[in-house]
Amino acid sequence: MSTLEATSKEATAKDNTKSLTGAEVVLECLIAEGANTIFGYPGGAIMPIYDALYSYQDKLNHILVRHEQGGIHAAQGFARVTGKPGVVFATSGPGATNLVTGLADAQIDSTPLVCITGQVFAQFLGTDAFQETDVVNITTPITKWNYQVTDAKEIPEVLAKAFYIAQTGRPGPVLVDITKNAQFQKVDFEPYEHCKHIRSYRPKPIIRNEYIQAAAELINAAKKPFVVFGQGVILGNAEKEFLAFLDKTGIPAAATALGLGAIPTDHPLYVGMLGMHGNYAPNVMTNECDLLIAVGMRFDDRVTGRLDKYAKQAKVIHLDIDPAEIDKNVTATVPVWGDCKESLPLLTKAVEKNSFPEWLEEFRKLEKEEVKEVIEPELNPTTDEMTMGEVVKYLNELTNGDAIIVTDVGQHQMVACRYAKFNNSKSNVTSGGLGTMGFGLPAAMGAKVGQPDKTVVSISGDGGFQMTLQELGTIMQNNIGVKILILNNHFLGMVRQWQELFMDKRYSFTNIDSPDFVALANAYKIPSKKIEQRADLKAGLKEMIDHDGAYLLEIIVGKENNVFPMVPQGSSVSEIRLK
Amino acid sequence: MILDKQEFTFTIYTENQVGLLSRIAIIFSRRKINVESLNTSPSEVEGIHRFTIVIQESEDVVRKLARQLEKQIEVLKVYFNKNEELIWQELALFKVPTDIIAEKAKVERLLREHGANAVVIRSDYTVFESVGHREDIDALMEKLAQYGLIEFVRSGRVAIIKASEGFHKKLTEFEERQPSEETEENQVLDQKGGIFSM
Repeated sequence: MSTLEATSKEATAKDNTKSLTGAEVVLECLIAEGANTIFGYPGGAIMPIYDALYSYQDKLNHILVRHEQGGIHAAQGFARVTGKPGVVFATSGPGATNLVTGLADAQIDSTPLVCITGQVFAQFLGTDAFQETDVVNITTPITKWNYQVTDAKEIPEVLAKAFYIAQTGRPGPVLVDITKNAQFQKVDFEPYEHCKHIRSYRPKPIIRNEYIQAAAELINAAKKPFVVFGQGVILGNAEKEFLAFLDKTGIPAAATALGLGAIPTDHPLYVGMLGMHGNYAPNVMTNECDLLIAVGMRFDDRVTGRLDKYAKQAKVIHLDIDPAEIDKNVTATVPVWGDCKESLPLLTKAVEKNSFPEWLEEFRKLEKEEVKEVIEPELNPTTDEMTMGEVVKYLNELTNGDAIIVTDVGQHQMVACRYAKFNNSKSNVTSGGLGTMGFGLPAAMGAKVGQPDKTVVSISGDGGFQMTLQELGTIMQNNIGVKILILNNHFLGMVRQWQELFMDKRYSFTNIDSPDFVALANAYKIPSKKIEQRADLKAGLKEMIDHDGAYLLEIIVGKENNVFPMVPQGSSVSEIRLK
Repeated sequence: MILDKQEFTFTIYTENQVGLLSRIAIIFSRRKINVESLNTSPSEVEGIHRFTIVIQESEDVVRKLARQLEKQIEVLKVYFNKNEELIWQELALFKVPTDIIAEKAKVERLLREHGANAVVIRSDYTVFESVGHREDIDALMEKLAQYGLIEFVRSGRVAIIKASEGFHKKLTEFEERQPSEETEENQVLDQKGGIFSM
């Protein structure tokens, strides 16, 4: 470059430099990253950012939640349906600590989040100043990365890193804690540079051909291969590549709870959900297959049951982007370390076209058994009490599998995962790894903000709903058209089920009284209805779905219904109980 | 399973970053693994720090720990080695009464035998330093205890990997390549232990 060119470039850079406060720099960075929605709650230590936000309202949509936990779950819902990082603002101290549950949830479920917390002035750090907590140390084990900013000059680089880390490799939550002095500090803000590389961070490897060849050899030689897939397919945007792999190999495939929706539920090779309350056939057949191909899943204990009895007869191919997941729980015969969007097409190319009709038929036989013993009585009950399953069945009829289903945690969650129809990827949002009660309502709110044109149905139990019901206020104020379904069995149902099965029906503190949910919704100006008779069920659901805007529907279901099949804790997956 | 446990030394190369010690320590503590010894210092590469951590564990656990450690954003590289694969030393300081040292020739001989050097000599006490393996230092401490050992302190282990070409070369190679490029260790399927390192 000539001296003249260099001088001119320098002059141009200077022209583009703006003098801004640290708080304004934060907002400029968010805009540059394409983050247009923020869920947050103001407070003393983040006030400069909120003050700056006042002037940025035309560029950034801030949603005032009613509790920081609601804010972070909303951001999780937003991230899960859009694939973009969810952004959260919280103040120092209690504001920041209220993010902890959501961070842990996002960490275990690999959800990309960028959380920005205010912090006390740098000179007060470590003095137990008002609303000071050591949020960086508190959140270290539950974030993919975190950092404390004490000088505004660091903000652009740190936020660029934060967004890069949150959404690359195995996604996850990051937290940036910014002291109040750094928010006030004036700095020269130069044109924003996105982060593309961190020396010590390698988001993904290039796939080695040796892996692919070794895996293809195992697949070509297998007589009873079985695919188990998880959220990695969705996070890697590898749905098409995964379908192509299945269509060529003809291998039966089962999903983890978070993998649901990666392929349509009615795909001819889809054989159901795995795990503790998964389907009968995929659990039993795990211990019958000769080759287990795990795609983007982490062999969670809720999926494997007893590890020492899990698929011991099978060779294992494990495709995962996170090397720490390979061999962590189940030893892989062939580890395929990489992004499945890249590894699956290579594998598809290397394998022979095949089909396994007799092997698939074995799954279908067991499925028929499950239909007779469990599914038919659940979906078409002969008793007066309504079941959760029949509610989901009618919901499927009304939405035809095109709705985004967001669940809380408990029996209703498992029922929804078992019976909801998913035509589309990113349409099943649930708290998998952490099992966070209270996740459902705010996550659904975030999902609706992220996908405003989709029907978003929040399904909660009466217990979980009461953990974060204050977000009805956010729904009201921001006119978020989420459909809220409460399946009320007057119990903390899943714990009660365990008490019934394993603790001689000693229902210790699992019966829970609820407020008048309809009156509550009305207080928040949300139309609502309570359904107690089966005769009103279909019409009630239709009214909810057809309503333009938010709607709350409470449905009274059987008090002591159980979710079956079930792999009792400490049992092998093939010991799954149908009743 | 306890029988499978043996001494392993982690050598962890990291960015020089506030808070990283805590992030690394948590990986051990959340699994209830006791850290026997920890040393952190700058490495031969500017801006890169080196942790040396000693634990007693089975090789399987150690391998999984290494992957979790390497997964941290600011960790560049993790090695784990058995004692026979390392050259390692610890430093100890012993404070003993000067009058006893002066009067009792046996003590002087003892110090000479253990290669201990005087660091400070005062009228009331003398401080000796000794460098070696833990057993050597323990042996000296036991003997000095009989002669009125006033104070004793031992450092964490520092270790050099015998087989390694040194991290500097690896880092230079790594920086020459663009991000996300393949790595040498990632090639060999039958060497699972080394597959996933950077």
